[in-house]
Amino acid sequence: MVIEYPFSRTTGPVIGAFLTGLREGVVIGIKGSDGRVLMPPMEYDPVTSESLTEMVEVGQAGEVTTWTWTDGQRYQPIEGRGFAWALIKLDGTDTPMLHAVDVTSPDQMSTGMRVKIRWRAEREGHIRDIECFEPVGSGDKEQPEGES
Amino acid sequence: MSLVLPPSIADVEQVKSVRTPAHLDYSYTPGKAMSSFLRGLEQKKIIGQKCPQCGKVYVPPRGACPTDGVPTVEEVELPHTGTITTFCVVNVSFYGQGMEIPYVSALVLLDGSDIPLMHLMQEVPYDQVRSGMRVEAVWVPDDELKPTLESIKWFRPNGEPDMDSASMRGNA
Repeated sequence: MVIEYPFSRTTGPVIGAFLTGLREGVVIGIKGSDGRVLMPPMEYDPVTSESLTEMVEVGQAGEVTTWTWTDGQRYQPIEGRGFAWALIKLDGTDTPMLHAVDVTSPDQMSTGMRVKIRWRAEREGHIRDIECFEPVGSGDKEQPEGES
Repeated sequence: MSLVLPPSIADVEQVKSVRTPAHLDYSYTPGKAMSSFLRGLEQKKIIGQKCPQCGKVYVPPRGACPTDGVPTVEEVELPHTGTITTFCVVNVSFYGQGMEIPYVSALVLLDGSDIPLMHLMQEVPYDQVRSGMRVEAVWVPDDELKPTLESIKWFRPNGEPDMDSASMRGNA
């Protein structure tokens, strides 16, 4: 038996802008009072608690700062097999975000490795617009669109 | 305070809400008594269980008598006819309902059983359903029978005269 509640909730302007970015295929962070770029963006400064207002576009590739392996379960970004959960610091940001990295064995993971976003083809303004991350190969173009 | 947006999203419609559905996926382990009931439905049979002490017949069977606390091992096959003890006209729509409102959800006391079964009433205008109405089960086509109560599509009036409500005392 499946029970499903079709909740939706309002995002507020900051998270709304972040999700708008995902829909448009770009990643949006926010600048903190100390100059750090926080991503995902926060509505209030973690140091001063003041409202934050300066949203900035950041890179679509970054560095794995730490990671773990999972055997994979249902309702996860990569279903039916093992993959890595990783904290990923995107280029131009100072805080890491948690996401899945599509590799088939822990041997393919290492701290400091470069990964990039794999976008979904159909995007709607939802965190799942990012399907997962994938390792950056030697031949891959790393620059985000519009910055090359 | 107003936000400063980067050029890439400055001129597009902003996201204001996000879907956050809660999805609960259950697996149900029916146990012996309910397994027998569900297997029965697959063969177009309604199986209840009888208490060896008070003689009451329970459907769906739960494997024990709630009054006497003893196992109900004797299985009883019940007829597909019964009487509406009570009912509810559903006027409120809800997500996943799958029915056009208003419709009637009724408790049907199958002949020979001592506890009513909840099911859908159809093939009768909602405002003509009444307590004491005689009804019969309408099954899905034979090749669609499955081990679920949905093998009975709904109940409909079978044309017999109403039962006296006194005859249902203790069960309504």
